[in-house]
Amino acid sequence: MARIFAYIVHKAGIASDSAFELAAAARKIDSTVSPTAILTGWGADLDAACNTLGGSYPEAWKIANEALAYPNAELVRIALQKILPSDSIVLIAHEHFGIDLAPGLSIKMNSAFVSDVVDISAVEGPSMKMVRQEFGGQVSAHVRCDSSSGAVLTIRPGAFKATEITSGRSLVVDKSGEVGSLATRRRYLETIVAEAGDVDITKYNVLVSIGRGIQEKDNVSIALELADAMGAAVSCSRPVVDAKWMEKSRQVGSSGKTVKPKVYLACGISGAFQHLAGIKGSPFLIAINKNPKAPIFQVADVGIVDDILEFLPELTNKVREMRGTPAK
Amino acid sequence: MEILVCVRRVPDTSENEIELNSAGNEIERDELVYSINEPDNYAVEEALQIVAKIGGNVTVATVGGEEDEEVLRREMAMGANHGVLITDEAFSGSDGKGIATILKAFVQKGNYDLILTGVQAEDGGAQIGGMLAALLDYPFASLVNSIELLEGQKLKISREIEGGNKELSEIDLPCVLSIQTGINEPRYVGMRGIRQVASIPIPTFSAAELGINAKAVGEAAAKVKRVDYFIPSLGKGAEILHGSREENIDKVLELVAAKGGLK
Repeated sequence: MARIFAYIVHKAGIASDSAFELAAAARKIDSTVSPTAILTGWGADLDAACNTLGGSYPEAWKIANEALAYPNAELVRIALQKILPSDSIVLIAHEHFGIDLAPGLSIKMNSAFVSDVVDISAVEGPSMKMVRQEFGGQVSAHVRCDSSSGAVLTIRPGAFKATEITSGRSLVVDKSGEVGSLATRRRYLETIVAEAGDVDITKYNVLVSIGRGIQEKDNVSIALELADAMGAAVSCSRPVVDAKWMEKSRQVGSSGKTVKPKVYLACGISGAFQHLAGIKGSPFLIAINKNPKAPIFQVADVGIVDDILEFLPELTNKVREMRGTPAK
Repeated sequence: MEILVCVRRVPDTSENEIELNSAGNEIERDELVYSINEPDNYAVEEALQIVAKIGGNVTVATVGGEEDEEVLRREMAMGANHGVLITDEAFSGSDGKGIATILKAFVQKGNYDLILTGVQAEDGGAQIGGMLAALLDYPFASLVNSIELLEGQKLKISREIEGGNKELSEIDLPCVLSIQTGINEPRYVGMRGIRQVASIPIPTFSAAELGINAKAVGEAAAKVKRVDYFIPSLGKGAEILHGSREENIDKVLELVAAKGGLK
């Protein structure tokens, strides 16, 4: 079996939680092998991060280079090419950095590439059978990958249960000298932090969250009226922001806000994993969707198959009736 | 500026419920409504807006069959100057690298300053752009949600990163960018627009015409193959309320109150 590596994302001297999910994925590929961590960066933060992996990775390869102080995937890819053995299996978290880094890395290493892996179902020598989701999670697919000349896999965050081994510490191997100077035609400038927006959806106990099912901008008022009656806020999924029906600050998901309400009303939301990734703290999740096969029903506590454009106004009326507030 | 946008025709998930066929190993394709892959449409709009500012041409290309011509025509109706169908029996069964290898050969026949793809297809791996850039040895950026033209063959781009934050970079041309949805507001295409481009011939390119070694693409070269489709059983799933709408509304209010949501 080829050696398995995991590229570890870290921030402020601490490895991302995904590090332990990648370790779990590696052990699912081969329970007899200890995965090797790779960390790139510069300075004290990098050294600190190398020591936050516990016993999950017996060995951590470190690439310290001033050019890698900010993780620019274009530079990290060149550095990895220089140090990775040619038939390696490389695991990377499937988030914005992995999406940037991984496909090109597989080409440069002449390896197979499978993205957004949610499970490993069988491994027979270099042939690995994996599970991916397609069409927004409506169906899954088994994918077979020939890893005889190596493989690059991106792993969906949350798909593998992290198995953090707290005792022990990685042996840090300094590979910086093998990398040399790094140059790129894509230069990082700065990070612009998202604007706060008019309503802070992270502060509410109840969110009325709308998705593509709201159908048009004029219908957003239906959700706003319900939220107003309930003392809740309206949040939304990506298609609503893409269509410019609501501000980006209302978006729940991996590229939006992370929320922890007590109750989450998912209205006309299909339930793509990028959206679910923004819902934390296990709120009571009620899904209303006219498509009985919508993936949201797999994760919701309670589901109602109905048209939100009819259901929500009636719900609003009932709330107002209950609370004795007149219709506006 | 000469801009190439690589597009795909995919089943439209906002129009279809994706189901398995009777054998349970493929999705049922007979009744599906197909459309342009949504992020690709944003990529074409972005290309059109760049060309409107500084001049040039937008070419849309797809690897596929005759049935894929409809999405090329749709994007031509939006304003793309050229549509190109890259088609050959030998391409069938290609994995991501195979498709990127085919596109690379096509890119090298032209003289493109900028190559755009959508960030991901509904049934794809967010991989073609990054692979194509690596094959061409061009710089690459994914999840791009704004493009600004700079002097001296450069762009200032923004990538969508966690929490809605934006990562700004400068990138040299020629380059490959994968475009995120929401970067712009794609223009509407009416039936009239489609009719106006209905009779424009769409040139095709085969493996031989592009000088592609048939053994380097297609099923035989693919290291990654889809084996089958299945419906996942994830946990217990929701308790579905089967009451009347009125009963369901009462139940929802009861639950919201019980969970501390209504005070």
